[in-house]
Amino acid sequence: MDGTPATAGDDTWEVAGRRFRSRLIVGTGRYKSLEETAAAIAASGAEIVTVAVRRVNLSDPKAPMLQDYVSPKDYTYLPNTAGCHTASEAVRTLRLAREAGGWNLVKLEVLGPPPYLYPDMEGTLEAAKALIADGFEVMVYCADDPVAAKKLEDMGCVAIMPLGAPIGSGLGLTNPFMINAIKKQCRVPVLVDAGIGTASDAARAMELGCDAVLLNSAIAHAKDPVRMAIAMKAAVEAGRNAFLAGRMPWNYQADASSPMTGLIR
Amino acid sequence: MPDRIAITVNGQAREVAPGATVAALLSAIGLDVRKVAVERNEEIVPRSTYAEVALAPGDRLEIVHFIGGG
Repeated sequence: MDGTPATAGDDTWEVAGRRFRSRLIVGTGRYKSLEETAAAIAASGAEIVTVAVRRVNLSDPKAPMLQDYVSPKDYTYLPNTAGCHTASEAVRTLRLAREAGGWNLVKLEVLGPPPYLYPDMEGTLEAAKALIADGFEVMVYCADDPVAAKKLEDMGCVAIMPLGAPIGSGLGLTNPFMINAIKKQCRVPVLVDAGIGTASDAARAMELGCDAVLLNSAIAHAKDPVRMAIAMKAAVEAGRNAFLAGRMPWNYQADASSPMTGLIR
Repeated sequence: MPDRIAITVNGQAREVAPGATVAALLSAIGLDVRKVAVERNEEIVPRSTYAEVALAPGDRLEIVHFIGGG
């Protein structure tokens, strides 16, 4: 599936010319089974799912594949470069992904070493340049660094995806100010990618004005992934509505909600 | 002409018949060609050419597919 046509008045968002209604992108990793993966993703309402590219198990070639449970006919596959620590590994991986699936829209991530797997921006910039030159549409995982984000946007990346916190950490938005700063300067969509731990984190990212949220472990590692998927769907919608509604000002004193006139004496 | 030629597939040593194509290799392994991608000596092998690309001694192949990931 490749997005759906929008009708006037819909609150949709667009990336690389494709339009989506759901502002939640979910990963397909770390689930107990492919059945659980399929159920949680369906419950999340996501239209885009991230997938990894790995060697086929030659000793079990008929093993069930992700595509049998989460069909590329129903979801837009966003191949990632998880596990890549150099630009050349990332480019090689996504060329294979493009051949396997025929998709140009990809998620680039070039990671630094454990324990933080923090985005390696030098490698990320190098890979983004090579991928864009090769015809890819690059959604890029990056540091919460407005300078690097601007370089990636100017280079032609189709979405800027700063981390909320390290991958799989569940720490939430550790630097909301910088996420907001990146959102304010970008013309392409900005997504918080990585670090979301629970529903309020996703809502907060959307309240900051992000176009969408990308998460995986927060659902997959919840005790009840399907229920957390439902929570995330609602949180992203709630956060988006709160952003559009425009929150009331912060006021460091009381301002009574009930009329102060007509009180009984 | 040798009976078999030695290649490496996903890091494992393997032997195929001389002149065997990528299509023949995938078929021998038992893979659905629509769900995988193949790289030969770090170059993509387009799916449309599987039946024409003959394997050579020492070829290093990577056969990949999509799995769950974040």
